[in-house]
Amino acid sequence: MTEPNHSTDPIIICRDVHKWYGHYHALRGINMQVHKGEVVVIFGPSGSGKSTFIRTINRLEEHQRGEIIVDGIRLTHDVRDIERIRMETGMVFQQFNLFPHLTVIDNITLAPIWVRKWSKAQAEEIGMQLLKRVGIPEQARKYPGQLSGGQQQRVAIARALAMQPKIMLFDEPTSALDPEMIKEVLDVMTELADSGMTMMVVTHEMGFARAVADTMYFFDQGQIVESGTPEQIFGDPKEARTKLFLSQILSH
Amino acid sequence: MSASTPSLPSRAEVLPPPTERYTVLGWLRKNLFSTWYNALLTVIFGVIVILLLRSVVEWALTQARWEVITANVRLFMVGQYPTAATWRAWACVVLLALLIGLSWGIWGRNQRAGAIAFGALPFVLATLAQDEARIALLITGVAGVIGFALSRWRGPQLQRISIIGWVIYFPLVILLISGFGGANSPLPLVPTNLWGGLLLTLLLTVVGIVFSFPLGVLLALGRQSSLPIVRALCVIYIEVIRGVPLITVLFMAQLMLPLFLPGVTIDRVVRAMAGIVLFSAAYLAENVRGGLQAIPRGQYEAARALGLNTWKMMLLIILPQALKAVIPILVGQFIALFKDTSLVVIVGLLDLMGIAKAVLAQPDFLGLQAEVYLFVALIYGVFCYLMSAFSQRLEARLSAGR
Repeated sequence: MTEPNHSTDPIIICRDVHKWYGHYHALRGINMQVHKGEVVVIFGPSGSGKSTFIRTINRLEEHQRGEIIVDGIRLTHDVRDIERIRMETGMVFQQFNLFPHLTVIDNITLAPIWVRKWSKAQAEEIGMQLLKRVGIPEQARKYPGQLSGGQQQRVAIARALAMQPKIMLFDEPTSALDPEMIKEVLDVMTELADSGMTMMVVTHEMGFARAVADTMYFFDQGQIVESGTPEQIFGDPKEARTKLFLSQILSH
Repeated sequence: MSASTPSLPSRAEVLPPPTERYTVLGWLRKNLFSTWYNALLTVIFGVIVILLLRSVVEWALTQARWEVITANVRLFMVGQYPTAATWRAWACVVLLALLIGLSWGIWGRNQRAGAIAFGALPFVLATLAQDEARIALLITGVAGVIGFALSRWRGPQLQRISIIGWVIYFPLVILLISGFGGANSPLPLVPTNLWGGLLLTLLLTVVGIVFSFPLGVLLALGRQSSLPIVRALCVIYIEVIRGVPLITVLFMAQLMLPLFLPGVTIDRVVRAMAGIVLFSAAYLAENVRGGLQAIPRGQYEAARALGLNTWKMMLLIILPQALKAVIPILVGQFIALFKDTSLVVIVGLLDLMGIAKAVLAQPDFLGLQAEVYLFVALIYGVFCYLMSAFSQRLEARLSAGR
């Protein structure tokens, strides 16, 4: 067990998490603790299990061995527990996954109205505040298909925040974006981290990781190879695989 | 203007696209006589069409005995529905005109030509009709115009009312047509064996659509369910029904239902409706499933990640997109259902086709198949065209802004 570096209790606890796809062993014993307000960056080569792992936190993928506890709730087959955890964890996807048949504001207010049972007026007021926070209040009545990729991803962040989650999960949020739109999304994420949100981010944006992350985890072949603060990871990586991977993605 | 500061392009740089406008001659030239072989084909087919049409028109104007239609219009429209209760059928038509007028004004913008043609239809028909029918058609036309005017005057406020109107219209029609109680009730019961003609055809169709649609959607969802028993039952139902002709299902509904439910007498028309609904639902389920499969997995994941449960996810996220994707297929199926209702003839119901056969058996009108079937075809054709046109409008409307 690693020594907790925050005074509060961990909000996410993963103990010996395993996951198989058929015979393929995708996650091989992941141990991780995330504290309130901590920003965790997960990086590693493709196929290393980092996306699979972040998706087990809100049960989009089922783990088959080990234990995951989110905000005091243990993930089991109990559907009500799963829905409670999903209410407390927002997720942002690589492909945005906005609902194309709904306007931007309806995308954002849908879950607050139908899951949290807020009034429409209340949900829209908070939705507009969030759109302002991500910088695109003027797009509220448009459909997702009318927005650029960067704008869509910012709407997706606003949609996840509208449920007022305690944890935000980001699964490669900038990988599908054109280069000139990456910054606008990272800026929103940085602001979110500064506001004290607990975040788990799968990303290859090492500049973002260096600036914002409290802890970084390097995944390879379904395992955590190395973890530490950005200073430790970038300044003095212990493992050869970490060094190799960093040299590959930082060389250009 | 300096080169470094970006600014809006001036008017001259943004050119409008070249307009394509032709005179009649220009259009003919482009589409019919662009090359020598196109010109040749145009001439050949023109001659063929003229030869064919001339004989048909000549027959229709000189030889055809259209009195078979005019003498039996009432029979074609409502069958043996009692004369004293005909006003109820007219009331349904008038209400429908009111609702259509209302909805057209609220939702159907920029369709002036269609609106005028549709609005003028009852008045044109009124000039052809006589006595009560003429008055009723005039009232229908006026109702349509009133509905349209109302919606233009107070459109946004009436939106909710017109949706409610459509929802209660269907049960209201059933109530009006069938009635209740004995001879001294305000709406005396009309037994279903007196329902007939276009009235019966439309009722079979509407009941078929209204009930088979939700059933089909449920079957489609059931077929995708993660519960093995539910899935198996849905698959078996769909495959069995799809493996059997509609005629068989109708016969089964007539003959087998009484065997399964001894002591309960189910009305013959209701049995036919049940057969049509059960048959149509299986096909609908497969079409809806096609739409469901077109929805990317990310939509399910996003909905789940927000904490929506399965039902909310399906109703709010998945079905709206899936159904929109299959509108053309669904409407095609509804059109097929409309035409398939003519098969109820074989279980002894007198729908539009049944009436056509009955009319042809009248001694006065023996051997007038051409006139009668052309008239019936025209009615079927008009209704199918309307359904198809409506679906295209709906599609265009739902894809606006995407």
